[in-house]
Order: sequence, then C-alpha cells, then structure tokens
Amino acid sequence: MLQVEHLTIDFQDDKTEETLVHDFCLTMNPGEIIGLVGESGSGKTLTALSIAGLLKRSGMKKQGAIYFEDTDLLTCSRTDLRNLQGKEITMVFQEPMTSLNPLKKIGWQVEESLRIHTSLSKQERYQLAIESMKAVELKEAELIYHQYPHQLSGGMRQRIMIAAAMIMNPKLLIADEITTALDVTVQAQIIELLKKLNREKKTAILFISHDLSLVKRLCHRVLVMQQGNVVEENTSLEIFQNPKEEYTRQLIAAIPKFDKKRKELPEC
Amino acid sequence: MKVRQQFKRTISFNRIVGSLITGLMVLLIFVGIFYTPYDPDAMNAVEKLQGISIRHILGTDHLGRDLLSRIMEGSKTTFFVAFFTVLIGASIGMVLGALSGYLGGIFDRIIMGINDVMFAFPSILLALVMIALLGTGKIQVVIALGIAFVPSFTRIVRAEFIRIKNMDYIENAKLIGVKPLRIMFVHILPNCKTVLLSAIMIGFNNAVLAEAGMSFLGIGVQPPDASLGRMLSESQSYLFSSPMYIFFPGLAIILLVLGLSLLAESLSKDL
Repeated sequence: MLQVEHLTIDFQDDKTEETLVHDFCLTMNPGEIIGLVGESGSGKTLTALSIAGLLKRSGMKKQGAIYFEDTDLLTCSRTDLRNLQGKEITMVFQEPMTSLNPLKKIGWQVEESLRIHTSLSKQERYQLAIESMKAVELKEAELIYHQYPHQLSGGMRQRIMIAAAMIMNPKLLIADEITTALDVTVQAQIIELLKKLNREKKTAILFISHDLSLVKRLCHRVLVMQQGNVVEENTSLEIFQNPKEEYTRQLIAAIPKFDKKRKELPEC
Repeated sequence: MKVRQQFKRTISFNRIVGSLITGLMVLLIFVGIFYTPYDPDAMNAVEKLQGISIRHILGTDHLGRDLLSRIMEGSKTTFFVAFFTVLIGASIGMVLGALSGYLGGIFDRIIMGINDVMFAFPSILLALVMIALLGTGKIQVVIALGIAFVPSFTRIVRAEFIRIKNMDYIENAKLIGVKPLRIMFVHILPNCKTVLLSAIMIGFNNAVLAEAGMSFLGIGVQPPDASLGRMLSESQSYLFSSPMYIFFPGLAIILLVLGLSLLAESLSKDL
C-alpha cells in the first residue's frame, strides 16, 4: 500500500547542505501498525511529514520516491495530493492543545474533511461526525459537537483529532507522537483506542514515538532511527527480545522498569 | 484581586461613556437622515451669525443657516465618508494582507514594497494627489482616503496571518486537503477578528479626522454639502464675533472620535 523507496531529505541552509533523512525505505501493508522510534532529531517527524505531503516542495531537496497505491507523492500534482490528504492519508499531531482551531466548534472541525472531499448534506455530515466521535469513545458526542476546543481536556482533544482523522476511513493514519503530551492513563486509553480502530476499520497506522513501552504494546513492526538513518528494522517481538544494534539496546534499556511493586495512590 | 476589580471598573467606565457619546452621535446622524429642524441649506440673510436662541438652538452661520441642522447633515457626511473609507481600506487591505502573509515569497515582497512606499508619504498628501487626479467630491474623497488607508490594514492582517499560518491547526487543515483560499479565509481570517476589529475602529477615527482635515483644506466635500471640516474652515473668519459657530462643529468632531476611541479601547481589552 505504502512504499517509501530510498527517501533522502536535504536541507539547504544558505550554503551548507545537511542531510536529515538518509536513504529511508519502508513498505507498509494495509492494516499494519508500524512503529518509528528514535531520539529527538533523528528524522522521525520529517519522514512522517514527507509521507503526509506537508513538506514544502521548494527549499529542500528530496530524493527517492513515496508510492501510495501507485501515486508518487513527491512528484504528483498538488490536486492529486490534496485528494489523497484527509481521505486516504491522515495525520494526528503531538500537541492536542494547539491542533484545534480555537474559534470553530468541534463539530465543524471534525466535519471539515467531509466538506472538502464529499458532497454530503448537513444532516449526513452531522450523523457521520457523531458516529466518528462515538467511535473514539467520546461520551456525550452530541454535546461536544457544539462545544469549543477550550472546553475540552487534552485527552478529549486528542480523541477529537483522531475522530477528525478517521472520519473518512483513511487507509493510513500517521500518529506523530500523539501520546507525548498526555498523562500516562490517557496514553494507555489512546493506545487501546488505536488498536481498536486498527482492528475494526483495518487502518494502517504509522506510530511515531520515543516511548518504547507504548510501541511494544501497539506495533507489529518497528523501525529504529538514529540521526536520519534506519539502524534496525524488525518485528516488534524480535526487536524487544533480541535487539541487534547497540543503539536499540540502549533505547530499550532506557524504558523505565517497575520491578518492585509499589503502593498504589490512595483513593481520594 | 483588588487590582483586577479596579481594572474591570475602568473598562466599564470607558464602555459606558464611549457608548453614550457614540449613541448620541449616531442618534444625531440617524435623526438627521429623516428630519432636521430647518433645511440645512436654506439661507436667511436676516438671522446671520446668531448665538444660542430658542429659534436656533445652536445658532446660525454666516449665511443664516441653522447650525444644528447643518451639524446633523455634516456629521452624516463625515460618518458615511469615514464608513466607506474604512470599508474600502479594510477589504482591500484584508485581501492583500492575507495573500502576502500566507503566500510569502516574491508576492509578499512586492506588496510590502508598495506598502512601504505608500507609508513613506503622509496619508493626507497621498489623498491630495489622488484628489488632483480624480477631482473633488464625496465619492472621490472616499476613494482617495480608502486607498490611502489600505497599507495599514495590509500590515496588520499580514502580521496576523504570518503568526497564525504556522499554528498546528492550520497545518492540520492543510493535511486534510483544504485548498489554500479556504484556509486563508475560512480557517485563518476569523482568528484575526480581534486585531482587525480594533484596527477598524482606530481606522474609522482616523478617517473621520482625515475627512475633516481635507474638507477644512477645501479639497474634500464641496459646498453646498455640509461637512464638519468644511464648517470649521468657514467659521474661522468669525472666530471672535461668533465663537459658537466654530465651537459646535469642533465639538461634534471631538465627540465622534472620542466616543469611538473609548468604545474601541474597552472592546479591545475585552476581546
């Protein structure tokens, strides 16, 4: 479904040229969850943005090809790209606090892709939006539909973002550090939600994170990136049980462990 | 807490006084559309330059015309000239600012270059050149001032667009395939409304003053049309013999500008 071939991204900053992503290859099958891990600045987000078609076409050199069902996203026309964006490929960002337009109602924002890609009536759009919001386990979807972003918590906003991304039933969802700004319990809920969406709607998910414990719980396959290079690629099980690269081993060692059973927080 | 309360009180003071004054002027203007005590252009050689009296509440001018009627008429002219000036300036400025802020690059440079050139001239001077090209009259004043007001709106809108276009929610809109024009005017523009509203109110005040200034210099509204600036310039020869003649048109200008300034300030603090 998605095939990234030898993707190389160079930034041309005045005179010095810098390679940020080097020879990145990825093949993604429908319904697969792939984890992309690595430290800050390793090129995870840049890769994701180029797959989503958000990188500027000028100002940086891009080599290689990104095929999404036979369309090369790097060279196809803008109209073709726009037709894929939001419909087949969607993305959710890290920061739920700023990803929603503060002046528009939640419902309006969830519906926006329908408005762009379909010609459904207002009533049909409303139905789909409510359905999509219920699918991400938002209670009182009808109420939230008429609320503004500032009235929702971070976890709820991230659910809204996922609902908005999933409303067209895309084939690929790119989740760029979507759990980073959330607290641990909400993180766990969002992971479960992604699993459920993947199971029910067969959406492939490219899960970008630096939190390996989440990647372990969610992903089928894992790519480890370091300074723009893919250093290791394997199934989730293999990566965590016998990592081959030193860097991967270090990353896994950095996962906080709870060997000792600690006392739970008292209920208040 | 106390500071906050005090802060709130000043806001409401501005708002109350501002809306009272603006309300008074708007009332005067709207009543003036349907009814004036006398025909504002009817001359009366017998009752020239009279002070306050029962027959003429605010007195008469050097041609015996009723001053209250003329102020009502003049405020109306000034108000509508200012209104359409801001309408033209804000709409063109908005579109140019949106395009240059959002697109950036060469287009932005060209627009901002022209803008800077226009900023280099005082707006009155610019309007003067325009009047020389277009001729005098109400519509010409509106066009001349409107164009002179475009740069300030362009700048404000451009700055807001540059700030907002890098927000996550705009990236998100791009990501779901929204076309650039829709992003500009549906996703970004509503977020500029706070700044734009203050700019429009300040612009309106400047337009009132600019129109009055141009009419005072004789290049604005032409006689017999009444205009507050025109009345000021006509009355300056009678400054000592009939001080009320210059006082009331001046007061009308002050009230129009002051009311809106106070209102704009309280609103911009609120938003």
